[in-house]
Amino acid sequence: MALRGNLRDFTITQLLNLINLANKTGTLIVEGPTELAKVAFRDGKLAYAEIGQEDGSLASILHKAKKISPTQFKAIQQRARQIPDKELGLLLINAGYLTQEDILINLQQHFSNVVHKLFTWVEGIFRFDNELLPPEDRINVRLDLENLIIEGSRQLREWEQLQDEIPSLEMALKFTERPGANIRNVNLSVEEWRVVSYINPKNTIRQIANAAKMNDLQIRRIVYGLLQAGLVELIRPEGVPAPQPVRVFPTEDKEEQKSLVNRLINRIRSL
Amino acid sequence: MQTVKMVVTGPFNAGKTEFIQSVSEIDVVSTERRISSASEKKVKDATTVAMDFGRITVDEDLVLYLFGTPGQKRFDFMWEILSEGMLGFIVLVDSTRPETFREARSILETFRAYAPTPYVVAANKQDKKEAWEVDDMRHALRLDSKVKFLPCTATSRDSVKTVLLELLYSILSEMENGE
Repeated sequence: MALRGNLRDFTITQLLNLINLANKTGTLIVEGPTELAKVAFRDGKLAYAEIGQEDGSLASILHKAKKISPTQFKAIQQRARQIPDKELGLLLINAGYLTQEDILINLQQHFSNVVHKLFTWVEGIFRFDNELLPPEDRINVRLDLENLIIEGSRQLREWEQLQDEIPSLEMALKFTERPGANIRNVNLSVEEWRVVSYINPKNTIRQIANAAKMNDLQIRRIVYGLLQAGLVELIRPEGVPAPQPVRVFPTEDKEEQKSLVNRLINRIRSL
Repeated sequence: MQTVKMVVTGPFNAGKTEFIQSVSEIDVVSTERRISSASEKKVKDATTVAMDFGRITVDEDLVLYLFGTPGQKRFDFMWEILSEGMLGFIVLVDSTRPETFREARSILETFRAYAPTPYVVAANKQDKKEAWEVDDMRHALRLDSKVKFLPCTATSRDSVKTVLLELLYSILSEMENGE
Protein backbone atom coordinates (compact mmCIF):
# COMPACT_ATOMS: atom_id res chain seq x y z
CA MET A 1 0.00 0.00 0.00
CA ALA A 2 1.50 3.28 -1.10
CA LEU A 3 2.20 5.76 1.62
CA ARG A 4 0.31 8.77 0.33
CA GLY A 5 -2.33 11.11 1.65
CA ASN A 6 -3.25 14.57 2.84
CA LEU A 7 -1.49 16.60 5.53
CA ARG A 8 -4.89 17.39 7.04
CA ASP A 9 -5.27 13.71 7.93
CA PHE A 10 -1.65 12.80 8.56
CA THR A 11 0.77 15.41 9.83
CA ILE A 12 4.48 15.72 9.02
CA THR A 13 5.26 14.72 12.61
CA GLN A 14 3.24 11.53 12.24
CA LEU A 15 4.99 10.80 8.95
CA LEU A 16 8.43 11.27 10.50
CA ASN A 17 7.45 8.99 13.34
CA LEU A 18 6.35 6.31 10.91
CA ILE A 19 9.54 6.62 8.83
CA ASN A 20 11.61 6.46 12.00
CA LEU A 21 9.85 3.40 13.43
CA ALA A 22 9.80 1.54 10.12
CA ASN A 23 13.46 2.43 9.34
CA LYS A 24 12.34 3.49 5.91
CA THR A 25 14.55 4.40 2.98
CA GLY A 26 13.18 6.59 0.22
CA THR A 27 11.94 10.11 -0.39
CA LEU A 28 8.96 11.90 1.09
CA ILE A 29 7.53 14.29 -1.47
CA VAL A 30 5.20 16.95 -0.09
CA GLU A 31 3.24 19.25 -2.38
CA GLY A 32 2.27 22.30 -0.36
CA PRO A 33 0.04 25.15 -1.53
CA THR A 34 2.92 27.01 -3.18
CA GLU A 35 6.02 24.83 -2.97
CA LEU A 36 7.20 21.27 -3.31
CA ALA A 37 9.54 19.68 -0.80
CA LYS A 38 11.59 16.50 -1.05
CA VAL A 39 12.98 14.90 2.09
CA ALA A 40 15.11 11.80 1.68
CA PHE A 41 15.71 9.14 4.32
CA ARG A 42 18.05 6.20 4.68
CA ASP A 43 17.24 3.50 7.24
CA GLY A 44 14.84 5.81 9.07
CA LYS A 45 17.32 8.67 9.33
CA LEU A 46 17.19 12.03 7.59
CA ALA A 47 19.65 12.04 4.70
CA TYR A 48 18.80 15.04 2.57
CA ALA A 49 16.11 17.72 2.15
CA GLU A 50 15.24 20.40 -0.36
CA ILE A 51 12.36 22.80 -0.67
CA GLY A 52 10.93 24.82 -3.58
CA GLN A 53 13.39 26.64 -5.80
CA GLU A 54 15.78 27.21 -2.91
CA ASP A 55 19.41 26.61 -3.91
CA GLY A 56 20.34 23.56 -1.86
CA SER A 57 23.89 23.24 -3.16
CA LEU A 58 26.71 22.84 -0.66
CA ALA A 59 28.24 26.17 -1.73
CA SER A 60 24.98 28.01 -1.17
CA ILE A 61 24.38 26.36 2.24
CA LEU A 62 27.90 27.21 3.41
CA HIS A 63 27.58 30.75 2.10
CA LYS A 64 24.27 31.30 3.94
CA ALA A 65 25.87 29.91 7.10
CA LYS A 66 28.77 32.37 6.60
CA LYS A 67 31.24 29.49 6.44
CA ILE A 68 32.61 30.74 3.15
CA SER A 69 32.96 34.38 2.18
CA PRO A 70 30.90 36.02 -0.60
CA THR A 71 34.09 36.12 -2.69
CA GLN A 72 34.72 32.42 -2.20
CA PHE A 73 31.08 31.68 -3.00
CA LYS A 74 31.29 33.76 -6.17
CA ALA A 75 34.50 32.00 -7.21
CA ILE A 76 32.91 28.58 -6.66
CA GLN A 77 29.86 29.66 -8.62
CA GLN A 78 32.02 30.82 -11.52
CA ARG A 79 34.67 28.14 -11.64
CA ALA A 80 33.33 25.08 -9.90
CA ARG A 81 29.63 25.12 -10.74
CA GLN A 82 29.83 21.68 -12.37
CA ILE A 83 31.70 20.04 -9.49
CA PRO A 84 29.48 17.70 -7.46
CA ASP A 85 28.96 18.64 -3.81
CA LYS A 86 30.97 15.68 -2.55
CA GLU A 87 33.98 16.72 -4.62
CA LEU A 88 33.60 20.35 -3.61
CA GLY A 89 33.46 19.31 0.04
CA LEU A 90 36.72 17.38 -0.33
CA LEU A 91 38.35 20.34 -2.06
CA LEU A 92 37.34 22.69 0.77
CA ILE A 93 38.58 20.25 3.43
CA ASN A 94 41.88 19.59 1.61
CA ALA A 95 42.41 23.31 1.10
CA GLY A 96 42.01 23.77 4.86
CA TYR A 97 39.00 26.09 4.59
CA LEU A 98 36.67 23.81 6.53
CA THR A 99 36.65 20.56 8.45
CA GLN A 100 34.44 17.59 7.61
CA GLU A 101 32.54 18.29 10.84
CA ASP A 102 31.85 21.90 9.75
CA ILE A 103 30.33 20.68 6.52
CA LEU A 104 28.20 17.96 8.14
CA ILE A 105 26.90 20.23 10.92
CA ASN A 106 25.87 22.90 8.43
CA LEU A 107 24.16 20.41 6.16
CA GLN A 108 22.31 18.86 9.11
CA GLN A 109 21.21 22.32 10.19
CA HIS A 110 20.02 23.18 6.70
CA PHE A 111 18.08 19.91 6.28
CA SER A 112 16.55 20.31 9.75
CA ASN A 113 15.44 23.82 8.81
CA VAL A 114 13.69 22.44 5.72
CA VAL A 115 11.81 19.94 7.91
CA HIS A 116 10.95 22.71 10.41
CA LYS A 117 9.46 24.66 7.54
CA LEU A 118 7.36 21.64 6.65
CA PHE A 119 5.92 21.57 10.18
CA THR A 120 4.16 24.81 9.36
CA TRP A 121 2.39 23.24 6.39
CA VAL A 122 -1.13 22.19 7.21
CA GLU A 123 -2.41 21.92 3.66
CA GLY A 124 -0.87 19.67 1.05
CA ILE A 125 -0.56 16.17 -0.25
CA PHE A 126 2.30 13.76 0.35
CA ARG A 127 3.65 10.53 -1.00
CA PHE A 128 6.58 8.39 0.05
CA ASP A 129 8.58 6.92 -2.83
CA ASN A 130 10.61 3.88 -1.75
CA GLU A 131 12.43 3.83 -5.08
CA LEU A 132 13.62 7.42 -4.99
CA LEU A 133 16.87 7.36 -3.05
CA PRO A 134 18.76 10.36 -1.63
CA PRO A 135 20.57 12.14 -4.50
CA GLU A 136 24.00 10.67 -5.24
CA ASP A 137 25.61 13.96 -6.23
CA ARG A 138 24.75 15.62 -2.91
CA ILE A 139 26.31 14.97 0.47
CA ASN A 140 23.96 12.90 2.60
CA VAL A 141 23.82 13.06 6.39
CA ARG A 142 22.47 10.58 8.94
CA LEU A 143 20.34 12.57 11.32
CA ASP A 144 18.19 10.86 13.98
CA LEU A 145 14.57 11.90 13.70
CA GLU A 146 13.65 11.89 17.40
CA ASN A 147 14.56 15.53 18.04
CA LEU A 148 12.72 16.65 14.95
CA ILE A 149 9.65 14.64 15.98
CA ILE A 150 9.63 16.25 19.44
CA GLU A 151 9.93 19.71 17.89
CA GLY A 152 7.16 18.85 15.44
CA SER A 153 4.90 17.68 18.26
CA ARG A 154 5.40 21.00 20.03
CA GLN A 155 4.41 22.86 16.89
CA LEU A 156 1.38 20.60 16.47
CA ARG A 157 0.18 21.48 19.95
CA GLU A 158 0.74 25.15 19.17
CA TRP A 159 -1.22 24.74 15.94
CA GLU A 160 -4.14 23.14 17.77
CA GLN A 161 -4.18 25.95 20.33
CA LEU A 162 -4.05 28.58 17.63
CA GLN A 163 -6.95 26.92 15.85
CA ASP A 164 -8.95 27.14 19.07
CA GLU A 165 -8.10 30.82 19.41
CA ILE A 166 -8.74 31.71 15.78
CA PRO A 167 -11.22 29.13 14.53
CA SER A 168 -11.82 30.81 11.19
CA LEU A 169 -9.60 32.74 8.80
CA GLU A 170 -12.70 34.16 7.13
CA MET A 171 -13.02 36.79 9.88
CA ALA A 172 -11.54 40.26 9.49
CA LEU A 173 -9.51 42.36 11.92
CA LYS A 174 -9.87 45.88 13.12
CA PHE A 175 -7.74 47.98 15.42
CA THR A 176 -9.20 48.24 18.90
CA GLU A 177 -10.51 51.58 19.99
CA ARG A 178 -8.72 51.67 23.30
CA PRO A 179 -7.61 55.07 24.45
CA GLY A 180 -3.86 55.15 24.88
CA ALA A 181 -3.20 52.10 22.69
CA ASN A 182 -0.91 53.13 19.86
CA ILE A 183 0.49 50.49 17.57
CA ARG A 184 3.38 52.78 16.64
CA ASN A 185 4.75 52.42 20.16
CA VAL A 186 4.82 48.63 19.97
CA ASN A 187 7.91 46.76 18.84
CA LEU A 188 6.74 44.63 15.96
CA SER A 189 8.73 42.33 13.71
CA VAL A 190 8.89 42.85 9.95
CA GLU A 191 6.32 40.06 9.45
CA GLU A 192 3.99 41.59 12.04
CA TRP A 193 4.20 44.99 10.36
CA ARG A 194 3.43 43.31 7.05
CA VAL A 195 0.22 41.88 8.56
CA VAL A 196 -0.63 45.15 10.31
CA SER A 197 -0.35 47.02 7.00
CA TYR A 198 -3.17 44.90 5.56
CA ILE A 199 -5.52 45.16 8.56
CA ASN A 200 -8.78 46.57 7.37
CA PRO A 201 -12.36 45.53 8.17
CA LYS A 202 -12.75 44.56 4.50
CA ASN A 203 -9.86 42.08 4.45
CA THR A 204 -10.31 38.59 5.82
CA ILE A 205 -7.39 37.03 7.69
CA ARG A 206 -7.03 34.58 4.81
CA GLN A 207 -6.72 37.46 2.32
CA ILE A 208 -4.09 39.07 4.55
CA ALA A 209 -2.20 35.76 4.70
CA ASN A 210 -2.27 35.48 0.91
CA ALA A 211 -1.12 39.06 0.43
CA ALA A 212 1.66 38.65 3.00
CA LYS A 213 2.58 35.22 1.57
CA MET A 214 2.08 33.45 4.89
CA ASN A 215 0.69 30.01 5.60
CA ASP A 216 -2.10 29.25 8.09
CA LEU A 217 0.24 28.73 11.03
CA GLN A 218 2.30 31.85 10.41
CA ILE A 219 -0.71 34.16 10.06
CA ARG A 220 -2.45 32.62 13.09
CA ARG A 221 0.70 33.13 15.20
CA ILE A 222 0.87 36.80 14.31
CA VAL A 223 -2.86 37.45 14.65
CA TYR A 224 -2.86 35.64 18.00
CA GLY A 225 -0.05 37.89 19.24
CA LEU A 226 -1.87 41.03 18.10
CA LEU A 227 -5.12 39.81 19.71
CA GLN A 228 -3.36 38.98 22.98
CA ALA A 229 -1.75 42.41 23.04
CA GLY A 230 -5.23 43.89 22.67
CA LEU A 231 -4.21 45.76 19.53
CA VAL A 232 -6.80 44.22 17.24
CA GLU A 233 -10.13 42.45 17.48
CA LEU A 234 -11.89 39.95 15.29
CA ILE A 235 -14.89 41.17 13.33
CA ARG A 236 -17.07 39.94 10.51
CA PRO A 237 -15.63 41.27 7.23
CA GLU A 238 -17.31 44.41 5.94
CA GLY A 239 -19.51 43.90 2.92
CA VAL A 240 -20.11 40.26 3.73
CA PRO A 241 -23.74 39.89 4.71
CA ALA A 242 -24.14 38.26 8.10
CA PRO A 243 -25.89 34.91 7.82
CA GLN A 244 -29.53 35.51 8.59
CA PRO A 245 -30.88 33.29 11.32
CA VAL A 246 -33.43 30.87 9.98
CA ARG A 247 -36.85 31.98 11.17
CA VAL A 248 -35.96 33.19 14.63
CA PHE A 249 -39.46 34.47 15.28
CA PRO A 250 -42.66 32.68 14.37
CA THR A 251 -43.94 35.98 12.95
CA GLU A 252 -42.55 38.55 10.50
CA ASP A 253 -44.40 41.46 12.07
CA LYS A 254 -41.99 43.64 14.07
CA GLU A 255 -44.59 44.71 16.64
CA GLU A 256 -45.65 41.12 17.20
CA GLN A 257 -42.02 40.15 17.60
CA LYS A 258 -41.54 42.82 20.26
CA SER A 259 -44.69 41.74 22.01
CA LEU A 260 -43.43 38.16 21.97
CA VAL A 261 -40.12 39.18 23.60
CA ASN A 262 -42.02 41.19 26.23
CA ARG A 263 -44.19 38.15 26.98
CA LEU A 264 -41.04 36.09 27.40
CA ILE A 265 -39.60 38.72 29.76
CA ASN A 266 -42.76 38.77 31.88
CA ARG A 267 -42.85 35.00 32.03
CA ILE A 268 -39.21 34.67 33.09
CA ARG A 269 -39.73 37.37 35.74
CA SER A 270 -42.65 35.41 37.14
CA LEU A 271 -40.75 32.14 37.45
CA MET B 1 -48.60 27.15 19.17
CA GLN B 2 -45.60 29.46 18.61
CA THR B 3 -42.14 28.39 19.68
CA VAL B 4 -38.85 30.22 20.08
CA LYS B 5 -35.50 28.92 21.19
CA MET B 6 -32.39 29.99 23.01
CA VAL B 7 -29.10 28.15 23.14
CA VAL B 8 -26.92 27.65 26.20
CA THR B 9 -23.36 26.87 25.24
CA GLY B 10 -19.93 26.76 26.83
CA PRO B 11 -17.01 24.43 27.47
CA PHE B 12 -17.20 20.98 29.02
CA ASN B 13 -18.54 21.04 32.61
CA ALA B 14 -19.42 24.75 32.50
CA GLY B 15 -22.84 23.96 34.03
CA LYS B 16 -25.11 24.09 30.99
CA THR B 17 -27.33 21.19 32.03
CA GLU B 18 -27.82 22.62 35.55
CA PHE B 19 -28.55 26.04 34.06
CA ILE B 20 -31.42 24.68 31.98
CA GLN B 21 -32.62 22.43 34.78
CA SER B 22 -32.97 25.41 37.10
CA VAL B 23 -35.71 27.06 35.02
CA SER B 24 -37.19 24.31 32.89
CA GLU B 25 -40.70 23.27 33.76
CA ILE B 26 -40.01 19.77 32.48
CA ASP B 27 -37.23 17.48 33.57
CA VAL B 28 -34.44 18.33 31.19
CA VAL B 29 -34.36 15.88 28.32
CA SER B 30 -30.71 15.12 28.53
CA THR B 31 -28.49 13.00 26.34
CA GLU B 32 -25.85 12.37 28.95
CA ARG B 33 -23.46 9.47 28.62
CA ARG B 34 -20.87 8.14 31.01
CA ILE B 35 -17.47 9.67 30.33
CA SER B 36 -14.84 7.37 28.91
CA SER B 37 -11.90 9.78 28.72
CA ALA B 38 -9.76 9.67 31.87
CA SER B 39 -8.99 13.40 31.86
CA GLU B 40 -12.65 14.32 31.51
CA LYS B 41 -13.69 11.73 34.10
CA LYS B 42 -11.67 13.58 36.72
CA VAL B 43 -14.14 16.44 36.36
CA LYS B 44 -17.45 14.60 36.20
CA ASP B 45 -18.92 11.18 35.50
CA ALA B 46 -21.44 11.90 32.75
CA THR B 47 -21.65 14.54 30.04
CA THR B 48 -24.02 15.82 27.35
CA VAL B 49 -23.25 14.29 23.97
CA ALA B 50 -26.03 15.63 21.71
CA MET B 51 -28.03 18.30 23.53
CA ASP B 52 -30.04 19.18 26.60
CA PHE B 53 -33.56 20.27 26.13
CA GLY B 54 -35.68 22.36 28.51
CA ARG B 55 -39.02 24.13 28.14
CA ILE B 56 -40.73 27.20 29.58
CA THR B 57 -44.38 27.69 28.62
CA VAL B 58 -45.03 31.41 28.32
CA ASP B 59 -48.78 31.22 27.67
CA GLU B 60 -51.16 29.06 25.68
CA ASP B 61 -49.68 30.34 22.41
CA LEU B 62 -45.98 30.60 23.14
CA VAL B 63 -43.28 28.22 24.34
CA LEU B 64 -39.59 28.93 24.90
CA TYR B 65 -37.22 26.03 24.34
CA LEU B 66 -33.77 26.03 25.86
CA PHE B 67 -31.13 23.94 24.13
CA GLY B 68 -27.84 23.08 25.80
CA THR B 69 -24.95 22.18 23.54
CA PRO B 70 -22.44 19.44 24.22
CA GLY B 71 -19.28 21.01 25.60
CA GLN B 72 -16.67 18.72 24.16
CA LYS B 73 -15.10 19.86 20.93
CA ARG B 74 -15.56 16.48 19.28
CA PHE B 75 -19.32 17.05 19.32
CA ASP B 76 -19.10 20.51 17.79
CA PHE B 77 -20.88 19.30 14.65
CA MET B 78 -24.03 19.65 16.80
CA TRP B 79 -23.42 23.34 17.46
CA GLU B 80 -24.40 24.64 14.06
CA ILE B 81 -27.54 22.50 14.00
CA LEU B 82 -28.58 23.73 17.44
CA SER B 83 -27.83 27.35 16.66
CA GLU B 84 -30.18 27.44 13.69
CA GLY B 85 -33.06 29.82 14.30
CA MET B 86 -32.02 30.77 17.83
CA LEU B 87 -33.32 33.99 19.36
CA GLY B 88 -30.07 34.47 21.21
CA PHE B 89 -27.44 32.50 23.06
CA ILE B 90 -25.73 32.30 26.42
CA VAL B 91 -22.09 31.34 26.80
CA LEU B 92 -21.53 29.78 30.19
CA VAL B 93 -18.00 29.83 31.59
CA ASP B 94 -16.81 27.89 34.64
CA SER B 95 -15.29 30.61 36.87
CA THR B 96 -13.25 28.02 38.76
CA ARG B 97 -11.48 26.54 35.74
CA PRO B 98 -9.34 29.16 33.99
CA GLU B 99 -7.96 26.44 31.73
CA THR B 100 -11.33 26.49 29.93
CA PHE B 101 -11.42 30.26 29.30
CA ARG B 102 -9.60 30.01 25.99
CA GLU B 103 -12.05 27.39 24.78
CA ALA B 104 -14.99 29.50 25.96
CA ARG B 105 -13.67 32.39 23.90
CA SER B 106 -13.39 30.13 20.89
CA ILE B 107 -16.94 28.80 21.36
CA LEU B 108 -18.20 32.37 21.58
CA GLU B 109 -16.47 33.30 18.31
CA THR B 110 -17.84 30.19 16.63
CA PHE B 111 -21.44 30.94 17.65
CA ARG B 112 -21.07 34.56 16.65
CA ALA B 113 -20.04 33.35 13.23
CA TYR B 114 -23.06 31.03 12.99
CA ALA B 115 -25.65 33.74 13.61
CA PRO B 116 -25.60 37.48 14.32
CA THR B 117 -28.01 37.10 17.23
CA PRO B 118 -27.62 38.80 20.62
CA TYR B 119 -25.75 36.94 23.33
CA VAL B 120 -24.61 37.25 26.91
CA VAL B 121 -21.72 35.60 28.71
CA ALA B 122 -22.26 34.22 32.21
CA ALA B 123 -19.53 33.48 34.75
CA ASN B 124 -20.91 30.35 36.38
CA LYS B 125 -20.00 28.86 39.79
CA GLN B 126 -19.49 32.31 41.30
CA ASP B 127 -20.64 30.79 44.60
CA LYS B 128 -17.46 28.72 44.75
CA LYS B 129 -14.51 29.86 46.81
CA GLU B 130 -12.02 29.35 44.01
CA ALA B 131 -14.09 31.30 41.45
CA TRP B 132 -12.28 34.04 39.54
CA GLU B 133 -13.64 37.55 39.87
CA VAL B 134 -15.86 38.66 37.02
CA ASP B 135 -13.64 41.63 36.12
CA ASP B 136 -10.57 39.42 35.92
CA MET B 137 -12.49 36.94 33.81
CA ARG B 138 -13.60 39.68 31.44
CA HIS B 139 -9.94 40.49 30.74
CA ALA B 140 -8.97 36.84 30.46
CA LEU B 141 -11.81 36.21 28.02
CA ARG B 142 -10.98 39.45 26.16
CA LEU B 143 -14.61 40.54 26.27
CA ASP B 144 -15.40 44.00 25.03
CA SER B 145 -16.88 46.30 27.67
CA LYS B 146 -20.12 46.38 25.65
CA VAL B 147 -20.62 42.62 26.01
CA LYS B 148 -22.90 41.72 28.93
CA PHE B 149 -20.87 39.55 31.30
CA LEU B 150 -22.89 38.37 34.28
CA PRO B 151 -22.05 36.55 37.47
CA CYS B 152 -24.09 33.37 37.75
CA THR B 153 -24.79 30.28 39.79
CA ALA B 154 -26.49 27.81 37.48
CA THR B 155 -28.07 25.90 40.35
CA SER B 156 -29.91 29.04 41.52
CA ARG B 157 -33.15 29.79 39.71
CA ASP B 158 -32.93 33.52 40.46
CA SER B 159 -29.43 33.72 39.07
CA VAL B 160 -30.44 31.88 35.89
CA LYS B 161 -33.51 34.12 35.54
CA THR B 162 -31.27 37.20 35.68
CA VAL B 163 -29.09 35.86 32.87
CA LEU B 164 -32.10 34.96 30.70
CA LEU B 165 -33.67 38.36 31.33
CA GLU B 166 -30.47 40.19 30.40
CA LEU B 167 -30.38 38.28 27.15
CA LEU B 168 -34.02 39.15 26.45
CA TYR B 169 -33.34 42.83 27.22
CA SER B 170 -30.49 42.71 24.71
CA ILE B 171 -32.77 41.14 22.11
CA LEU B 172 -35.41 43.79 22.71
CA SER B 173 -32.90 46.60 22.61
CA GLU B 174 -31.43 45.31 19.36
CA MET B 175 -34.91 45.16 17.83
CA GLU B 176 -35.60 48.72 18.88
CA ASN B 177 -32.24 49.97 17.60
CA GLY B 178 -32.79 48.17 14.31
CA GLU B 179 -35.95 50.08 13.60
